[in-house]
This record gives sequence, C-alpha cells and structure tokens, in this order.
Amino acid sequence: MSNTAMDRVAEATPPKVARRIRGLSDRVIAWIFVAPTIALLLAINIFPLLWTVWLSFTNYRANRPNLPVQWIGLRNYERILSDADIWATMQATAHFLFWTLFFQVVLGFALAWLINRKFKGNDLWTTIIVLPMMLSPAVVGNFWTFLYQPQIGLFNYGIAFLTGVDPTSFSMIGDVALAPWSIVIVDTWMWTPFVMLICLAGLRSIPDYIYEAAECDRASNWRQFWTITVPMVLPFLMLAVLFRGIENFKMFDLVVQLTGGGPGSITELTSINLKREAFEKWRTGYSSAYAIILFVTVFGLASIYVKALNKVKDR
Amino acid sequence: MNFKMIAAALSVATVATMSAPAAKADDLTLCWAAWDPANALVELSKDFEAKSGHKMSFEFVPWPNFADRMLNELNSGGQLCDLMIGDSQWIGLGAEAGHYIKLNDFFDAQGISMKDFIPATVTGYAEWPKGTPNYWALPAFGDVVGWTYRKDWFARPELQAEYKKTYGRDLEAPKTLAELKDIAEFFQGREIDGTTVYGAAIYTERGSEGITMGVTNALYNYGFEYSNPDKPYDLPGYVNSDGAVKGLEFYKALYDCCTPPGSSDWYMSEDIDAYKSGQVALQMNFAFIWPGVNADPNVGGDKSGYFANPPGPGGHFAQLGGQGISVVSYSDSKDAALEYIKWFAQPEIQKHWWKLGGYSALRAVVEDPTFASSQPYAQTFLDSMAIVKDFWAEPSYASLLLSMQARVHKYVVAGEGTAKEALDGLVEDWTEVFEDEGKL
Repeated sequence: MSNTAMDRVAEATPPKVARRIRGLSDRVIAWIFVAPTIALLLAINIFPLLWTVWLSFTNYRANRPNLPVQWIGLRNYERILSDADIWATMQATAHFLFWTLFFQVVLGFALAWLINRKFKGNDLWTTIIVLPMMLSPAVVGNFWTFLYQPQIGLFNYGIAFLTGVDPTSFSMIGDVALAPWSIVIVDTWMWTPFVMLICLAGLRSIPDYIYEAAECDRASNWRQFWTITVPMVLPFLMLAVLFRGIENFKMFDLVVQLTGGGPGSITELTSINLKREAFEKWRTGYSSAYAIILFVTVFGLASIYVKALNKVKDR
Repeated sequence: MNFKMIAAALSVATVATMSAPAAKADDLTLCWAAWDPANALVELSKDFEAKSGHKMSFEFVPWPNFADRMLNELNSGGQLCDLMIGDSQWIGLGAEAGHYIKLNDFFDAQGISMKDFIPATVTGYAEWPKGTPNYWALPAFGDVVGWTYRKDWFARPELQAEYKKTYGRDLEAPKTLAELKDIAEFFQGREIDGTTVYGAAIYTERGSEGITMGVTNALYNYGFEYSNPDKPYDLPGYVNSDGAVKGLEFYKALYDCCTPPGSSDWYMSEDIDAYKSGQVALQMNFAFIWPGVNADPNVGGDKSGYFANPPGPGGHFAQLGGQGISVVSYSDSKDAALEYIKWFAQPEIQKHWWKLGGYSALRAVVEDPTFASSQPYAQTFLDSMAIVKDFWAEPSYASLLLSMQARVHKYVVAGEGTAKEALDGLVEDWTEVFEDEGKL
C-alpha cells in the first residue's frame, strides 16, 4: 500500500479526469498549471513594461489620440538627462531618502532596544508607538499642515516654547530651507515604528544563551552590544532599510498633501514630477522614458543592496 | 369593407404609434467643481427635472483635483459625464481631441445666439479657435478675479487718520495696484480689536493653478502679454518684457510684505478662511465667493466691500475665471444633454440662476437696469467682466500652466533667482511646448 502524497492525489483523482490526463507528461501538466499565471504576468507586467519601453522612443501623448505618433529615438532620454529641473527633483529625492532612512534607522533601533527591555506598560507603549503607521498618509499630511501652521500650529508653538523664537517667524512648509526637513520629520514620525517593529523582531530572535556565554566570558555590555546585538540585528535592519527605501523612493501622497512639491520645486520628488509629466502634462512618451530611467536606477540599486544583504546574512 | 377599414385603421394607428417621438426619460450626469455655485445649480436643475422628466445626477470634484479628475475622465473617453462644465482653458483640448460636441448647428436650430451673452464669456468659454464662430460650450458661469476688503476697518476714524497722515490720501478701495500694496502694508501686523491682522490673502498655491491665477492679475497690468499680437506664439519680448518683469516683482513684493505667515500654498478656500476669520484686510479671490461673503455673519453685509482688480502702469485687466457647459461626445444621452442646455439658456432660468448665486453670462440678465443694484457686488462683477483676460486655452494648456506654476512659485514663494530669470525660463518652457505641438 503506497503512502506518498502523490499516490494519494492519484487515488483521489476521479477516473474521468485521470483518463483525460493519462498520457500527458509531468512537464506538460506542470505547464498547464502555471500557464494561467504566466499569461496573467505577461499581460499585466511584461507587456506594459515592453510597451513603455517602446513608447519612450516616441512623442506619443495619451490625451491626443488623433496626433500622429513619431519615432524620435533617444530624444526623450537626452532631454530628461540634460534637464536641470529633473536633476533637482533627483537631488530632492536623494535628500529625502537619505535623511528619512538615517533617522528611522537610528530612532527605530533605539526604540526597539528600549521596548525590548522588560518594564511595566511595555505592551501599552508598543501600541502607542506604532499608532502613526496605522494612519492614512493623506490624513497625516493634512493634519501636519495644521501642526506646521505658523499662527496656530502646535509644532511652531513647541519650537517657540523650547527656543524662545516667535512662532509666526518661520514657516516649515513655506520656507525653502525648512520645507525639505518638514517632509523628513513627518515621514520619520510616521514610519519609525515600522523600523522599530522589524528591529524588535531581530532583537527577540537572539537566543539568551549567547548573552549568557558572553557574560561568562566577562564581556562588557558595550562589547555585547557591538559583537552580538548589532551583527545579529543587522540583516533585519537592512531589510527594513530596503523596504523603507523602496517606499520612500516612490513617496507621493504625504508630500503632495504637505507641500505640493513647493515652495517652488524644492520638495518635488521624482514620483510627483513623473506624475505631473505623465498625467497632467500628458507627455506619455517623455514620461515613459522618465519611468524607465527611474526603474533602471531603482532596480540597479536594489540589486546591489540585496547582494550586500545576502552577504551579511551568510556571514 | 368593415374588416378592411378596421385593418387599415389599425395599421395606421400602429405606424403612428411607432413613429411618434418617444418621451424617453434619461439619467443625466453633470460634472463640475465642488463649490457653492454647484449647489445652486442642483437647486436650479430641479426645474429641469420637473419639466423634462429626465433625472439629474451630479459629480462634483474639489477644485485642486478638478482638472486632474475630469481631464482624465475625458481623455479616457469615459461616460461618467453627459454634461461637463469644464474650465475655460480646456476648450481647445475639448474641441481638438473630440471630447466636446460642436454646438453651432444646435444653437442655430434652437435660436440660441452667442450675441446674447457677454462677449468675453463667449470668447473665453465657448469659442475654439479663439476669435472664430465655432462654439463648443454655452457660457454657464461668469467669473473673474476681484478683491474683497474690510469696509468696517477702513471706516475707523483712527485708521483713516493714520493712513492719511502716512500716505497722503484717504483710506478707501485702491485705485491702482501700487495703492493696493500700500493698504496691505498699512494693515500688515496691525492690532485690531486685540488681534494681529495682516494685509492681504493672495493666491500662492503650487499644485494646481493657484499662483498663476493670482500673479496674472499683476502681470497683465504691468504689460505682460502671452505672445506677439501680430504673430501668434512669438513669445520673447512679450512674456518676459520689462513690464512683465516689473509685474512679477510687484507680486513677490506683495507676497513678502503683506501676507499672513504660512500663506505659501493658498488658493480659493484658504483665502476665504483667512478673510472670514478676520485675519486679513484684503482678499484676492474669484467673484463666486462674493455671495458667501455678503451672507457671512462675521464679515458680511456692510462690513465688506468689493472692487475690481486695480490697474497698473501697463493696463487694466483681471484674470478670467468661469466656465461654459458642454456636451460630452462620449455620452449616450446627448439629446437629453442638449435639452438641458436649451433649458439652461432661457432668460427666465438665467435670471433665477443669478438669484440663486450663479453668475449668469446672459446679457439680458446683466444688462437689466436693476442688475447693478441687485447685490452689493453686482456692479463690481460688471466692472470686472469688462476687463478680463484669460490664460492659454490651447490643447496643451496643462503643460503651459504647470510650467508657469513652477517658474512663478519658485521666484515668488521660494525666492529663487530673479523675476527676469523666471520669465526667461517660462519663455523657454512654453517655446518647447509649442515646438512639440508643431506650432513653432
């Protein structure tokens, strides 16, 4: 009597179906099962990608279907790469990415380390800390615009209380020097809990016996932190950075609600700029080239990063 | 014989029944921005429903998302809207991309004449190409940028005396843009009834069209022109003329000296809020808000006055707002939609429209001798409509608008570069757009 799963499946197959698939090789059966998924992937992922690549070499505009579509070669790519405004949006995105990741990693790890201690009210504090990430970005963007209001905003009054400056003397979202930081602050406030949760998972996965062994070897707390905690949490931390990096590269809603890309274009991130080109100016060919450039950039950076992450995990 | 007669009578009756026009009731959807006039139109349209038997539905989208949402709808050939009260600048795209149906034959058949409407609204809301008798909309809602001011503050003897001493003239509605800035400066940071108030709420919004709709009121009056009047799309020297540069510098100076803190991204609703809450002495806004201001318990009635955008050294203009009503070509209920336009164009309906708070563009309404005194802001509306100028209405208007938003906001609010650099950059952007369009 056979007991393998395959045998049980074969026995359970109705005779009518069994007769129909008899004579088909395993490979053919496998293809029959995966074909719908592959067809779906081709239709909704691969085809649009290839279509976008083709469009990027044309002057096509989706809102002007009656205009002739012309092949213009690399002109869209040339225009994008030589456009100072696009480089400015790249710079704004890089600033936003770097500082949000920096603050979220530092604060997220610190919070996870604190929450990992056993103390009264630990669960309550964890719940309170993760609340911001449960809110909608549109809502967060809206209420932070009120918090940043120079005349009535709590943020300005808080700064005024701490520093003694007049709360109406500065505008977080209206000042060129402060606006890039205003979006960094809000994103950090909202997403640090996410990094904290991942770090917490990392911290709780470290077996106690490692610390016990270190204590037997009379390793100091400082040395335990650097030689046990940090290396063992690092893969988790890098994963959090990858998730947040990808999310923040395509950041849109929060910044649109907060600053609309202004003042001027100082907080106009690439995703906002791309959306304006594609769905407000309707320069479909141009924005396709723009999207391809961004895709290649993100794909390249993410590949390098994932390789580094795997190396850290294998260590 | 009887049988033959009965059969013939039955045949005639059957054919007659089949060929008689069927009174088919349609569901019509009208798309517009979500604002006070839209609520008035809902009220007005009840009459149409009662008379026609058609059922009206409405799709209203807030202004900052209006163009985005509705142009996507049109560009995708969507059938959500049967009637579209689209922004005046969409008319070129609506006509050339086939989103709107041409109304000339319908107007001729129904005896609707564009001569019966305010000429500026016909040019602004209905014609494409501009200046030709090709109509794609019926002027639906006349609107223009104007100013509201705190008449009660202006009337205070101590403020009048101080103003006269400082500026050598009476504190009253400004006669020039320079005077407007003086007044705004006078009120900026002043304590009134124990509250700090500010000079003026002006348009500075970055995301959609706000700052463009504001800055043009200064640019036009200092000499800015969209292109060479004798050579279309010839931009250098017109868009970035010396006068235009001075106009842009004026707007920045007004923003820097005399606006409330944090007003770096303000458009219609923020300006209304600032004014109604007693933060500012002057408010730039479209005329559609005036009925609401007049009825407001805090600033309404005698407390507020209205004046047209004041002239500058280069002329006297105001930014046109408002919209025409068009029939969407993708609609399955075009006949019913045309029926709505026919009903809406009637003088008695237009009179009722004005009473409900809608700015009629029909001359029979606005030229009625009682019109100017019918509301405190009616004369200002007439004065303003006489000096209107509109932004590009080209099919590529969105590209032209977004370039202007970015260039102007960068200079006025962010303070980057000079006015000349901003306008030179705008010439470059617009030239590129027209080159892409094959117009240069």
